[in-house]
Amino acid sequence: MRYEYVTGNIAVAEASMTAGLKFYAGYPITPSSDIFEYLARELPKRGGHVVQFEDEIASINAAIGASWTCAKSMTATSGPGFSLMLEALSLAVITETPLVVVYVMRTGPSTGVPTRSGQYDVLQATYGFHGGLVIPVLAPSTPQEAYDLTIRAFNVSEELRTPAILLSDAVVAHTYGKVAIRERGEVEVVDRAKPSVPPESYRPYDPLDGIAPPMACFGEGYNVLVESLTHDEKGYYAPRTDAQRRLMWRLYRKVVESAERLFDYSAAYLDDCEFALVSYGPTALSARVAAKLLREEGYRACLVKLRTLFPLYEKGVRELLRGVGKVFVVENNVGLYFRELRGVLRDKEVISVPLIDLDVPPPQEIAGVVKEWL
Amino acid sequence: MAVGHPLDPYLRTDRLPTMWCPGCGLGVVLGTLLRAIDRRIREGRLRRENVAFVGGIGCSARMTLYPLFDSAHVIHGRAIPFALGVKIVKPKMKMIVVGGDGDIAAIGGNHILHALRRNADLLVVMANNMIYGMTGGQLAPTTPRGLYTTTTPYGNPEREINMVRLAAALGANYVARGSTTHPQLLEQLFYKALAKRGLAFVEVLSTCPEIFGRHIDFRSPVDLYLELRKRIVVKAKPSVEESDYNWEKGFVIGEFVDKDEPGYIEVYLDYLSKALEKQPS
Repeated sequence: MRYEYVTGNIAVAEASMTAGLKFYAGYPITPSSDIFEYLARELPKRGGHVVQFEDEIASINAAIGASWTCAKSMTATSGPGFSLMLEALSLAVITETPLVVVYVMRTGPSTGVPTRSGQYDVLQATYGFHGGLVIPVLAPSTPQEAYDLTIRAFNVSEELRTPAILLSDAVVAHTYGKVAIRERGEVEVVDRAKPSVPPESYRPYDPLDGIAPPMACFGEGYNVLVESLTHDEKGYYAPRTDAQRRLMWRLYRKVVESAERLFDYSAAYLDDCEFALVSYGPTALSARVAAKLLREEGYRACLVKLRTLFPLYEKGVRELLRGVGKVFVVENNVGLYFRELRGVLRDKEVISVPLIDLDVPPPQEIAGVVKEWL
Repeated sequence: MAVGHPLDPYLRTDRLPTMWCPGCGLGVVLGTLLRAIDRRIREGRLRRENVAFVGGIGCSARMTLYPLFDSAHVIHGRAIPFALGVKIVKPKMKMIVVGGDGDIAAIGGNHILHALRRNADLLVVMANNMIYGMTGGQLAPTTPRGLYTTTTPYGNPEREINMVRLAAALGANYVARGSTTHPQLLEQLFYKALAKRGLAFVEVLSTCPEIFGRHIDFRSPVDLYLELRKRIVVKAKPSVEESDYNWEKGFVIGEFVDKDEPGYIEVYLDYLSKALEKQPS
C-alpha cells in the first residue's frame, strides 16, 4: 500500500487496475477523460488494453464483447455518453455480462455546463436502461471513496454478473485527496465463477446453486451463447410468459437481494438525532458541515451519507433512522433520490432539500433551508 | 434412422428448423459460409473453438442462433464493436460478423466505417435483401430507387448505398459481392475471405420473397429468385468502378479488392509492445 495525492478520477483508474481491469474502451467526454488518458498510459504496462472507439455506443459494446473473453472490462463517461450507452447496458443486464461503467456526472440537461457538477442523473444511472430492472450504483464523495468503491463495483459486477455503476461527478473527479492505493493481495478481489462441467452439459444461464451462472467465455470450446432475446437456461430464445417470469425475477432478485451485503453508509451525530440530513456524493460533505452548523445553534441534527444508492437496503435505512423525526434529503438536483427515500420511509416526514449548484451546495444554504422546516 | 446433413456437426440441430420464411436466401448464406468454414477447418487453417459468430438484430443477424460455435446475438447495429472487443483481447479468434443491410449499413454505419478504416481483423458478412424484412418491409439504405416499401409507398426517392465502394474506399483488405443465386461462387468468396488478415467484407445479395418480393409483384420465391438472377452480372476480377449496384443496369458480383496489408490487430499489438519498451510521449 502507498499513499498518493490524486484526484478522484485518477483514484478510479488506479483502483480499476488493482481490481484486475484488462480492457478499457472509451470515447472522450468531460469530466471523465482523464480516467481514459491515465489508463492509456498505465494499463498496457500491466498487460491490459485501452482503445478509443468511434463513439460511446461502440465503446460499451466493445467492453461487453471483451468481458465475454473473461477480461474485466470498464468504460467511463458522462451524461450525454451514458445516454448513448443505455441500450447496450440493457444488453449487459440480460446477458449477465460483468462490466463497470464509471458515470462522472456533470451539469445537464443536454450539453449543460460540461465542466461543472450536479447530481441530476442519479435515477438515470439505475433506471435509465429499458427493461425495468435494477443495477448496483455506488456513489463516492471523496477520492478515497472513489478508489474503494471502484474496487467494490468490480467485485459486485463479477459476483452478480451484472453491470455496475460507479456514480461520480465533476467535483469528486477533479478534487485532490490523499488516497491509500493498494496492490493485488492487499484488498479483496472477486473473479466471476467459471463452469466446472464440460461443454456438453454446460447451460450458460443456469445459476445452479449460486447467485449467478458460472461464465464460460469465448475461445474456450464451450460454444457460448450471448443472447439478447428472452432466453431459457440454455440460452435459447423462449418467447413464453413462464420463461420471461423466471428470467426477470432471477435478474431482479440477484441484485435486490444483495442489498444488505452492499449497504454502505457513514453517519455523524446519530446518537441524539432528532432530524437527519441524508445525502450522497460530494453534497454529503457539505451536508455534514450543515449538520454541524445546526448543532452549534442548538439543533439536534445528524448526517447520514449513503454510498450504496442502488440496490437500497430498505430495512437497513429504516432501522438507521428509527429514532429520527424529520428526514431531509439533500442533493444537487430538483429532488430525485428523495423519491426513493420517501417510498422507503413512509412513516416519517421526508423533506426534499434540492439545491442546484454548479459546484457543491454551500453548508450555510443547506442549513438555512432546513431551518425553514423546523 | 434419420439421415444427417453433412453440416449437422456445425449446427445446433435441436434449434432447427430455422425461423426464416420459405424461399428466404439466408439458408444459402449460412450453408455456404459453414461449408467454407468446414474446408478451412479440414485444412488446419482454422480451429473450431476459435471461430465465433456475432450478429446484431434482424433476420440475417439470427444466423448466430444456429451454428454450433461461440455466438453472440446482440443489439441492433452493434455487432462490429462487440466482435472487435473480443478480437482485441483474444487475437486468435476468427470473428465472423453476420448482419443485414439495415444492421450493417444503416444503424451500424458508424461502426462499419471505422472498422474499415482500421482494417479491423473481422469477416463482415452483409446479407442484403434490399429491405427491412423482420419489421415488415420498410425502406433500407440499399433499397433500389423507385421501388416500393411500406414507408415509401409512392416509390423510394433516395439513392442507394453501394457498400462495395465504401469498403474499398476505406481500405479493407478484401471486398467482394456475391449472390444467393450463385452459391458456388459465394462459398468460394467466403473461403477466401476466411483466410484474410484485416477486414474482409462480403456483401451477399439475397432474396426476401415474403417482404421484398411482395411489394414489387414477385410473391413466389422462385419468381423473385429468377428475377434477381436475371439482374446479376458475374465478373471475374471486376474493378471497384465496375461495382454497379443498380436495379435497372444490374448488380455486379465478384471479387473487387484483394490486398494483404497489415490488419488492425498486428498494428495494435505493435503499438502495445511500445508500452512495454519505452515511456509515452
